[in-house]
Amino acid sequence: MVMARISLTVNGKPVTAEVEPRWPLSEFLRDHLRLTGTHVGCDTSQCGACTVHVNGSALRSCTFFAVQADGAEVTTIEGISDGETLHPMQVAFHECHALQCGFCTPGQIMNAIDLVRREPDLSEENIRRGLEGNLCRCTGYYNIIKAVAAGARAMREQAG
Amino acid sequence: MYAFDYRRPASLSETLAYLREKPDAKPIAGGMSLVPLMRHRMADPAALVDLAAIADLKRIEASADGLLIGAMVNHFTVSQSEAVKLCIPAIAQLAGGIGDPLVRNRGTIGGSLAHADPAACYPSAILALDAVIETSARAIPADDFITGMFSTALKPDEIITAVRFRRPDAAAYMKFINASSRFSIVGVFLSRFGNGVRVGVTGAGQHAFRPRALEEALSAEFSPDAARRVAISPDGLISDINGSAEYRAHLIAELAARAVTECQAGRAGAIL
Repeated sequence: MVMARISLTVNGKPVTAEVEPRWPLSEFLRDHLRLTGTHVGCDTSQCGACTVHVNGSALRSCTFFAVQADGAEVTTIEGISDGETLHPMQVAFHECHALQCGFCTPGQIMNAIDLVRREPDLSEENIRRGLEGNLCRCTGYYNIIKAVAAGARAMREQAG
Repeated sequence: MYAFDYRRPASLSETLAYLREKPDAKPIAGGMSLVPLMRHRMADPAALVDLAAIADLKRIEASADGLLIGAMVNHFTVSQSEAVKLCIPAIAQLAGGIGDPLVRNRGTIGGSLAHADPAACYPSAILALDAVIETSARAIPADDFITGMFSTALKPDEIITAVRFRRPDAAAYMKFINASSRFSIVGVFLSRFGNGVRVGVTGAGQHAFRPRALEEALSAEFSPDAARRVAISPDGLISDINGSAEYRAHLIAELAARAVTECQAGRAGAIL
């Protein structure tokens, strides 16, 4: 087995590890770094539950190999709060009751934060389109859409 | 998933040398098609050669007569690019409707064309815009590039470096979307040039193609009705759970008609 040595930043901390090229980033994060907040739903690039940020942009970590993250900055759901102070998008999901079972929530939140970066006009239609890559089987999406709108407002207020 | 070796060369020459040395290796761009195929064990390359570190593949250059998009430019970047929006806005419209946002953050124009999915969006655009596919070895005219379902004229050790589009007088992309897969059930890219109209169709056949009868009718009379009067033959078109060949044939003419309306209104297309 050919192992590859990678050095990257995960949630602001430098990490160096030996990985097999075939390990999805999701597997590396969960099984090797024990960052189990990143959930694996379908594991086939459909559901978006495993969404993380790599160099500031959201991707499905089941469809990206850990070895590809060599040199990158990776942020997972564990890396967005400031200690006990939740990220504004997490607060909005909490306050809007935007989850039921919670399985898809880390991916929804990571994509929503990236959506605020990508999309200047966060109309309801654009939020709906922006969430197309993240499936939720519980909520019917209404409260997720409300939460993303509220979280985006809070993020933009915070950024001034 | 089977084990494989991984390289991320910083230059095209290193990449090509590695592909020649290791014929079972496969280039990887955004991986939005290749990685799911590998995870399903429908592809098992001995090695992946990642094109992500080759800076030269990420250019966008607009000029008076056309637009060049580097092979490794992702769909999100194309959809947001001011140069693309000014030069050929229908390409920005097309790129902004591929897959979902997580796919658009990763998937690239070069990867999409090399994969040549029969329902992918970009193949319709290269046909309608009379594009040239620039590779590490040559320049391939769009009409010669796609040779079949998931098949192209690319050789195993040949890499797309950029796509060069001709600038049309007007163009629009109409995508009749499969809400689940987000691929086109039928997508029609229509371009109007001084010397005639070109139409690229995806999703309807074994691979993207140009419906010549529509092109002739619209070159003679650029109106929605002229498109609707063309009887597209369902022979050879796909019949599946999303629609019969007859339904797809109808959609080709109807979407072309609506693309004409979009062009006449100065718009770049829509997702239906």
